[in-house]
Amino acid sequence: MNKIETKKGSIQKKGTDKETLLDIQNLKTYYPVKGGFLKRTIAHVKAVDDLSFQIKKGETLGLVGESGCGKSTTGRTILRLLKPTDGKILFGGKDITNISGSELRRARQDFQMVFQDPYASLNPTQSVGDIVSEPLKNFKKMSKKELKEEVLDLLSRVGLPPEAYHKYGHEFSGGQRQRIGIARALALKPKLIIADEPVSALDVSVQSQVLNLLKELQGEFDLTYLFIAHDLSVVKHMSDRIGVMYLGNLVEIATNESLYAEPLHPYTQALISAIPETDPKKRKNRIVLQGDVPSPQNPPSGCPFHTRCPMAKEECSKIKPALKEVKPGHHVACILY
Amino acid sequence: MARQLSGQNETPLLEVKDLQTGFKIGKDYYNAVEKVSFKVDRSKIVGIVGESGCGKSVMSLSIMQLLPQGIGKVRGGEITFDGKNINKLSEREMNKIRGKDISMIFQEPMTALNPVFTIGYQLNEVLLNHENINKKEARQKSIALLKSVGIPRPEKIVDEYPHQLSGGMRQRVMISMAIACQPKLLIADEPTTALDVTVQAQILELLKDIQKVNNMSIIMITHDLGVVSEICDEVIVMYAGKIVERTDVVKLFEEPKHPYTQLLMGAIPKMDERKEVLDTIEGLVPSIKDMPQVGCRFANRCPKAMPECITVTPELLEDDVDHEVACLLYENSKPLERVGGR
Repeated sequence: MNKIETKKGSIQKKGTDKETLLDIQNLKTYYPVKGGFLKRTIAHVKAVDDLSFQIKKGETLGLVGESGCGKSTTGRTILRLLKPTDGKILFGGKDITNISGSELRRARQDFQMVFQDPYASLNPTQSVGDIVSEPLKNFKKMSKKELKEEVLDLLSRVGLPPEAYHKYGHEFSGGQRQRIGIARALALKPKLIIADEPVSALDVSVQSQVLNLLKELQGEFDLTYLFIAHDLSVVKHMSDRIGVMYLGNLVEIATNESLYAEPLHPYTQALISAIPETDPKKRKNRIVLQGDVPSPQNPPSGCPFHTRCPMAKEECSKIKPALKEVKPGHHVACILY
Repeated sequence: MARQLSGQNETPLLEVKDLQTGFKIGKDYYNAVEKVSFKVDRSKIVGIVGESGCGKSVMSLSIMQLLPQGIGKVRGGEITFDGKNINKLSEREMNKIRGKDISMIFQEPMTALNPVFTIGYQLNEVLLNHENINKKEARQKSIALLKSVGIPRPEKIVDEYPHQLSGGMRQRVMISMAIACQPKLLIADEPTTALDVTVQAQILELLKDIQKVNNMSIIMITHDLGVVSEICDEVIVMYAGKIVERTDVVKLFEEPKHPYTQLLMGAIPKMDERKEVLDTIEGLVPSIKDMPQVGCRFANRCPKAMPECITVTPELLEDDVDHEVACLLYENSKPLERVGGR
């Protein structure tokens, strides 16, 4: 424990130009698998297995990976919607790993979430005004008039008309609902927003509107984003740095430019090569991975990717490679480097 | 195969003419597909792109005659498949074509497979229905089919249930079922939308291979321009129930003509360029109930709209060789001089 405490201090000082807002250290989140007559825990699904990264203030960190790789679990654990099994979450230098009750509720003012499904994340019985003002009612002492003014201001910031105030979620299209969700997340002027697949349920033309809005708000509200998505081109558009996850592990993390110009991990290479090319003349010979992602309940030994890796060697099944800095700011967990 | 190739090469495999499909809301029918005409040539992959609600799925259901009964109805137009008019066929006659000459794969492989029957049972069903073989032969053929779509351990999988397979594997099963009787036309409705990118790449490769081996045509319905550029030969862009542009895939990406297509291309983040602000399309698709009857349906969202866009309906006509567009910015789309001739 002591060791980690001191480490935290040093990392904060090391932050060259900007301070670290979020510091994740060796985070693990396991889901118990119950079974048998007494419903005892018989196994664990290692959804997030030993994850460490930092997000600096004002930065956007993108997390990519295929379904089941643990990217959403990571987001939810950071928000403390899930209890981490092990590891540390430091937010603005404060350890929030084990806080609970009112302390946790107060801390959550600073980190909010935008959800994937704009159809399911709005309460159908509440008007938009109620939805957006709820966080304010809980934390801020405001008169009814102030509250309404504040909500109308938020609605206009996310591009919704004032008439929206009295309407209900079902009266809006997917893109507009996502804007309501964003207004709700912004209500308490948080420092960090975790956006979990915010555009994957939307059509392309609407998707671009929401992406533009998120970028605009980042400057306006001085926000830091953890942007979770499976679409690599969307993540590339949004992020300053990108982390690639596979089976609960971070296999590569680097700046946007560095990752796409020179992906180092064989999984990242395959993932980038799998994106459909938007120029029909450039149909390429892609790296097509064989098989599916193994079950996180029973992950392969050694490197989690070795069962599908085109470059796997014998020792890959024995040694689990740690994340190493190969180039400045470019970390990769692969035995090849 | 030889039989298929000889003789009738000139006629397109599928020809859809002025198709109108309506849905009943209250007492009236409203058209979700409005006078759509296109053709699919033999051994070609035709992509149909558009956003949700543009009528691309309704069109494919109209071809297959799988519209929800009592609600959806083909209200006009002709569908000619392999030289034969199929939109007046009885349910019984259509059953002979569905699954045999035209087959379909759906977006959601979990809901498209029946959870209470084994993979083998569901594959046999197709084979026994359309081919003159016994159960034992059908099982052998099922295993061979599963193998041909790249399923490992097919002799085991054939006795397993859909829930035991992953999403990608289920989609492979769906494909094996669709190609079981070597159809001439495969309609793929968003076949990779529910899948991860690496699995999507596998399925697209598989579809390309099968298309070559079986020499069939594919109608690829998708909202993803990346998928289109990856496998299609020809592309149809739809907006609000109408075709706005149709051309060869290379031409579409090099020189999109319709403002809607141009915006759609600008709205997707590209891998090889970085731009701060993506193109957006303001406003919403008009609802099916208050679709403008005259004028261009995109006019209210179009940045290049002119006053006549509201009063004159553009026609889908060739502006360039093999490049059709329905927009008044292009001379040929203006119906004016042709009015007298009619």
